[in-house]
Amino acid sequence: MFRWIVLRDLTLAWKGRVDVLSTLFFFLIAVSLFPLGIGPETNLLRLVAPGVVWVAALLASMLALGRLFANDYQDGTLEQLLLTPQPLYLVVLGKVLALWLVSGVPLALLSPVLGIQFGLSGKALLVMAVSLLLGTPVLALVGSIGAALTLGLRGGGLLISILVLPLYVPVLIFGAAAVDASMVGSGVQGSLSLLGALLALSLVFAPWATAAALRISLE
Amino acid sequence: MLEATDLGCVRGDRRLFSDVNFRLSPGSLFQVQGPNGSGKTSLLRLICGLLAPAEGHIRWQGANICSLGEDYFTSLSYIGHRNGLKEELTPTENLRVTSGLAGSQLSQQEASSILGKTGLSGREHLPARLLSEGQRRRTALARLLTCRTPLWVLDEVLTSLDSSAIRLVRSLIEEHLNRGGIAVIATHHELDLSTDSFQRLDLAL
Repeated sequence: MFRWIVLRDLTLAWKGRVDVLSTLFFFLIAVSLFPLGIGPETNLLRLVAPGVVWVAALLASMLALGRLFANDYQDGTLEQLLLTPQPLYLVVLGKVLALWLVSGVPLALLSPVLGIQFGLSGKALLVMAVSLLLGTPVLALVGSIGAALTLGLRGGGLLISILVLPLYVPVLIFGAAAVDASMVGSGVQGSLSLLGALLALSLVFAPWATAAALRISLE
Repeated sequence: MLEATDLGCVRGDRRLFSDVNFRLSPGSLFQVQGPNGSGKTSLLRLICGLLAPAEGHIRWQGANICSLGEDYFTSLSYIGHRNGLKEELTPTENLRVTSGLAGSQLSQQEASSILGKTGLSGREHLPARLLSEGQRRRTALARLLTCRTPLWVLDEVLTSLDSSAIRLVRSLIEEHLNRGGIAVIATHHELDLSTDSFQRLDLAL
């Protein structure tokens, strides 16, 4: 049954691929603007690269959040999802997984290519991709709570950012720190482990909170 | 057996209804009537467990539906105001996804034959956004035939249906009641169903 949720959302994402591509395109453009604006100062670029890529990833993930429940809410399929004979926790997890597969994963895979513009070393590029692979699911999971809480509200997009961005801060700090550490040659394990811990924590609690928020939003 | 005792509903700061009692045994039809805004949809959503009652309880087979959780949903089909279809998917895909989520696999052929029964043959492979309102309603109705749940909760199912579709809905409900199912229906139309056990609730403003 879990498979059906993921499959459903992936099919829908494929049929509406313009939305998916626009998120990726935003990430691509936002990151590429910095080297153009700062100019060819390799040292400075290298210094800001982790922060720039991570902030762009953060904003891009937030753009994708709007799609998570809003469409299903409007056409009444969300109601039907609530009435399926399986824990709402799994429904939410499946939807978030599908969202991450179409927004987080391509973002992480794209990041090494974008990192080249900042003159990052091979190792730093690899660490960046890994940190994004660990961090973007946390962004999607935590963001799903905000998306569920603001469902059906006017100006929901703005509210999501106010609710969710502060919660994104730890992910941003540890994600960027991992890339930083790889550039100065110190161990990256610490930051990556912390990202992993955040992922484990949000995997357990976020879908549960989102499920509760959805029930309230649909009352 | 679906039972409600002293059911009350409050939306915002307005009390929609209170002290609603009913007891529906297998094979019974329950029609909810009332002017716009009298709480028909709210009552139906209470029965589905989408809304928590302000007072009173609803019991299914003797157990409170709040404590049954997901188990209750295996016996429930709900069609609301909105059809619950994905516009991008074809009726066949919509049907297969819903039944997959309900835990039963439906093959392409089975889905097509069910859609044929609700008068959608030849339209199975068009995206739902290209269908007319009535055809979308028919697709939503096809959901009732995939799961065969004992409790149907139908909110204004007859809107935007033509006379042949209305006959279809009547025959579906009659068949459902004969199989020992329970149907809760909110509608302004006269249903004219031949059933042994019929109850009507009139909600006032």
